[in-house]
Amino acid sequence: MTFLFYIFAALALIGGIGVVVNRNPVSAAFAMIVSFLGLAALFIQLDAYLVGILQILVYAGAIMVLFVFIIMLLDVEEEEKRRFPIIGITSSFGVAIAFTLLVSVILKRSEIGAKPLPKLAEVSGPGSSDVHRIGEMLFSQYWFPIQIVGVLLLVATVGVIVLSKKELR
Amino acid sequence: MEWQIIIAATIKIIVFVFLTTLPLVAMSVWAERRVSAAIQDRVGPNRVGPFGLLQAVADGIKFLLKEDFTPNHVRKGYFWLAPALVMVPALMTCAVLPFGSKLFGEKMVIADLDVGPLFVFAVASLSVYGIVLAGWASNSKYPFLGGVRSTSQMISYEISLGLSIVPLLMIYGELNLGSIVQYQAENGWALLPLWGEGLSAKGWILAVPVFVSFIIFMTSMFAETNRLPFDLPECETELVAGYHTEYSSMKFALFFLGEYAAMIIGSGLAVTLFLGGWSLPFGWLTPESTEAAVPWWHGLIHIGTFFAKVIGLILFFIVIRWTLPRFRYDQLMRLGWVFFFEIALFNVVLTALLLWWLS
Repeated sequence: MTFLFYIFAALALIGGIGVVVNRNPVSAAFAMIVSFLGLAALFIQLDAYLVGILQILVYAGAIMVLFVFIIMLLDVEEEEKRRFPIIGITSSFGVAIAFTLLVSVILKRSEIGAKPLPKLAEVSGPGSSDVHRIGEMLFSQYWFPIQIVGVLLLVATVGVIVLSKKELR
Repeated sequence: MEWQIIIAATIKIIVFVFLTTLPLVAMSVWAERRVSAAIQDRVGPNRVGPFGLLQAVADGIKFLLKEDFTPNHVRKGYFWLAPALVMVPALMTCAVLPFGSKLFGEKMVIADLDVGPLFVFAVASLSVYGIVLAGWASNSKYPFLGGVRSTSQMISYEISLGLSIVPLLMIYGELNLGSIVQYQAENGWALLPLWGEGLSAKGWILAVPVFVSFIIFMTSMFAETNRLPFDLPECETELVAGYHTEYSSMKFALFFLGEYAAMIIGSGLAVTLFLGGWSLPFGWLTPESTEAAVPWWHGLIHIGTFFAKVIGLILFFIVIRWTLPRFRYDQLMRLGWVFFFEIALFNVVLTALLLWWLS
């Protein structure tokens, strides 16, 4: 099923390019959704059903809906009229090339891919399915980091509310 | 081996999606018109075929032959894409619904995923884009308002919809829809624990949070499918026709059919989670496990049972639509955020406490 990998990888990449190239914010947002769908399909091909479906559910189905909603409400039209800033484009290409070089150097030196990773069923406790195993691990072995992440998200939410209500300051 | 799997899946997709669900969509449009007529003391469509049953065919031909008009002020590409985006996710969710137990040794579910309910929610959450795009691409004010309303409504009710099934999943301890149905076939349907282990005190106590879940789930389903009493995105008195004001002929029909397809899938999910899916009551004709062999006539009865239950729920949807008046938009939002969200959250905690106490 390698051809499926190429189809979805191409979909993810085309979506990613679309985000950068599109001048219209709504088009860019939809290109991002296409990219997320391609990524989700790649996760599912790796047998990571939960991660793939959460990718669709959380990113494509919830976060991007809010993005599109806000873009449509604000009616961002100025972006379309602006000219391409030469300095911005050249510097971003420079950053992209530097990042690619960095990643390729790291990947060459590291041991990633030298041996296959163990299956989830081998590293986790017993469970009837992957969702069950991931849940068991998150709430027993990794219960503390989960709590920290939860508190972090709560702090971020409260922060957003405080910042967006100007009269509270 | 691989080709056999692909061929079996293709046959199941054709039979269940194109030869069963799509005709069911057409028939539910007919049922809607007949039931509304009966409620309003009219006759309804009764000319085409026996009891007007062929009305759906006539409607389809009419939709295809009408002029497909595209206004000049719309954003063309998105205007064409939007109707398809409403219909496709609704039909894609068919993939994980167990339509029956087994027929000729083949499981009657297109994709036997271990994350069934999550898949349904993930794909169903994409269907909001069709409506948003329709509202935005139409480039005029009433469709735009309809699109904005629909987005906020669907986001709000998705939360209570997702939270409402958490107690059920805690009771089943399982995310595979096939195993969920098997569990209910042996131990009583979630809503009607009248046989097997469901008859114990535990089964009856747990039926309380399940019932609360069912109410929240069904109400949220009305909001998610944009059906009356929650059809604010297309509310005629305020928004002309809402997000599909600028659409005509088959493009309009796709919005129309997408709503019914979403309703059928919603009923299918409700039947699977709450009403025992394809299983008959009192454990009749129940296979020993999800893997056990099933005689072919049992398999056919199971498929028939599933669709009988789904049709029953569709009729419930229709009767509600013609009974209740439309809510006001602020009432709808308050119901979602102030009542259902809190009740669903409390219900999760209550179920956890009950399960801990009963074990």
